[in-house]
Amino acid sequence: MTDETKKKFYKDMLRLRRFEENVQDLFAKMKILGSVHLYIGEEAIAVGACAAINKDDYLASTHRGHGHMLAKGADAGRMFAELFGKETGYNKAKGGSMHLAAPDIGIMGANGIVGGGIPLATGAGLSAQKLKNGKVVLCFFGDGATSQGTFHESLNIAASYNLPVVYICENNLYAGGVKQCFDGECKNEGMDYPRKIKDIADRASGYGMPGVIVDGNDVEVVYKAVNTAVKRARKGDGPSLIECKTYRWRTHYEVEPDTYRPQEEVARWKEKCPITCYADKLLGQGIITQQELLDIAEQVEDEMNAAIEFAEKSPEPELSEALQDVYAD
Amino acid sequence: MSKKSMSAAIAMAQREEMIRDKTVYILGLDVGAYGGAFGCTRGLWKEFGKERVMDMPIAEAGYVGAAVGSAATGMRPIAELQFSDWITIASDMLVNQAANMRYTFGGSLSVPMVLRAPVGGYLSAASQHSHMFESWFAFVPGLKVVMPATPADAKGLLKSAIRDNGPVIFFEHKKLYDITGEVPDDPEYLVPLGKARIARTGKDVTIATYSYMVNFALEAAEKLAADGIDVEVIDLRTIKPMDTDTIIESVKKTNRLCCLQETWLTCSVASQISAVVAEQAFDYLDAPIKRIGALDAPNPFSAKLETYILPSVEKIIQEIKSMF
Repeated sequence: MTDETKKKFYKDMLRLRRFEENVQDLFAKMKILGSVHLYIGEEAIAVGACAAINKDDYLASTHRGHGHMLAKGADAGRMFAELFGKETGYNKAKGGSMHLAAPDIGIMGANGIVGGGIPLATGAGLSAQKLKNGKVVLCFFGDGATSQGTFHESLNIAASYNLPVVYICENNLYAGGVKQCFDGECKNEGMDYPRKIKDIADRASGYGMPGVIVDGNDVEVVYKAVNTAVKRARKGDGPSLIECKTYRWRTHYEVEPDTYRPQEEVARWKEKCPITCYADKLLGQGIITQQELLDIAEQVEDEMNAAIEFAEKSPEPELSEALQDVYAD
Repeated sequence: MSKKSMSAAIAMAQREEMIRDKTVYILGLDVGAYGGAFGCTRGLWKEFGKERVMDMPIAEAGYVGAAVGSAATGMRPIAELQFSDWITIASDMLVNQAANMRYTFGGSLSVPMVLRAPVGGYLSAASQHSHMFESWFAFVPGLKVVMPATPADAKGLLKSAIRDNGPVIFFEHKKLYDITGEVPDDPEYLVPLGKARIARTGKDVTIATYSYMVNFALEAAEKLAADGIDVEVIDLRTIKPMDTDTIIESVKKTNRLCCLQETWLTCSVASQISAVVAEQAFDYLDAPIKRIGALDAPNPFSAKLETYILPSVEKIIQEIKSMF
């Protein structure tokens, strides 16, 4: 891993963070409507994972998907335009936050159904295997999705047929407003769900695939684990399950009252911020300077400001668009 | 032309399309060496191998969802369900994923897949192996629903469905699988989706129907002819898009409409046809629209009870006579 790669990790994580902070602000001002689920706190996973794949590899995302999309190489301006409901958005203003997709760069879509993207990613793995195009699929989902039947069915199928899919569980501890934790360790007084296995990665052995647990707040660790799984998948040796332990700083969706989490817990995880911790590490190792950090922050601000301006200046869709693309030509 | 059963015609259509297009493949339960629960993939595993005829675990949401994802990434999968009743398990993948993806993603991809599934009663298979959910899926923008009544149509419609660039649900009636008919050998024999067929011309009353009920309607029509009632039978072939033009044209000629289907009437295909004809051809009607379908109960196991619940030729004759 070169110093340049590490600096890029830092910059990309900051891009994801600033994108989401802007979304948070614009949503509060009602410039963005509907519903948004922010990725703040989980940036190391998308950035580390996407660094391990190629531009033409596939990615299936979730309702908390802005970070995946940016990390895969999507344009922030077209993403903001979609969130603003503008015709220049990735989906011509028909998808919004929960359905952002960019098939031209392999992004098969965010998904409003928890666990909904897992079979789709598995199907992309089938396509890659049949077309022999050497592509792999990154399939992101949260800890909540691992309770869905689609998770179990898909991992079972993918393992049986050695499909080139890397299943990445972003375990941010909460499914909706309920804490998912190992039986006996839950302390949230009625706001928890007792899981009888310690780690979600343990489930991998039930399907006959490797299950790996990583610190989801450490971008380099995530990158290494996903890179290993991607190599295995590309060789035709089959899928892997990687559980990334992390935390979402915001509530499940914006403006949801945060009544269900102990505030000490939130504060503790904020101390483990994947971005500031990484900056400190790079500074300590002499890889980056304070000035470079400031320069990067400025570049990211410029990018986000330009992206928001593009979205704001873009027109709304014509009414004729409402009935386009219901059926394929 | 050659005489074939509907299941053989379906296997033929799939084989021809697999030869024609390397991205076409089949996935489902027992579709491999077994040849499909109703024989619709017979011989294909041997000819094309396990990569193109893939057996799946009993995981309808998982493998139908995989078909959706595969269709969105360059392949043309045909997913087979062993019984259509289990489409409920796969419904999220069809209704929330496949149907929406093209539209919601601003036209940036398409989902060229076919879901094949056996439907229908009259087999004492009771309430989880007999039901018909075509109206649920016809309701959803983005999905097409096809229901052939003859072996030739099964071939031509299935080939069109496979070549269609969007998701198509293809419901095959179990009572039709063994019925034989002349099937064109031409590998370019296509029946367009959304075009009905006049199965019998008549001047006194129109029966608009589909799937297995076409046979009931034709049998009833022959018997009614003896009583001087000349019945026109329309085989819809495709539930969505529906060829309402052909129905309305027929009603303008016969001035009477009977909607016949095997399943329940509430919010059904028959309801839809009735509404369209009431909207667009009300002044041509000489009698109230008649709807014939299943009584509002799950298919019972007892053959006696199931026969009572479902339409019969005798019931159709009685109901048609009551329109005059």
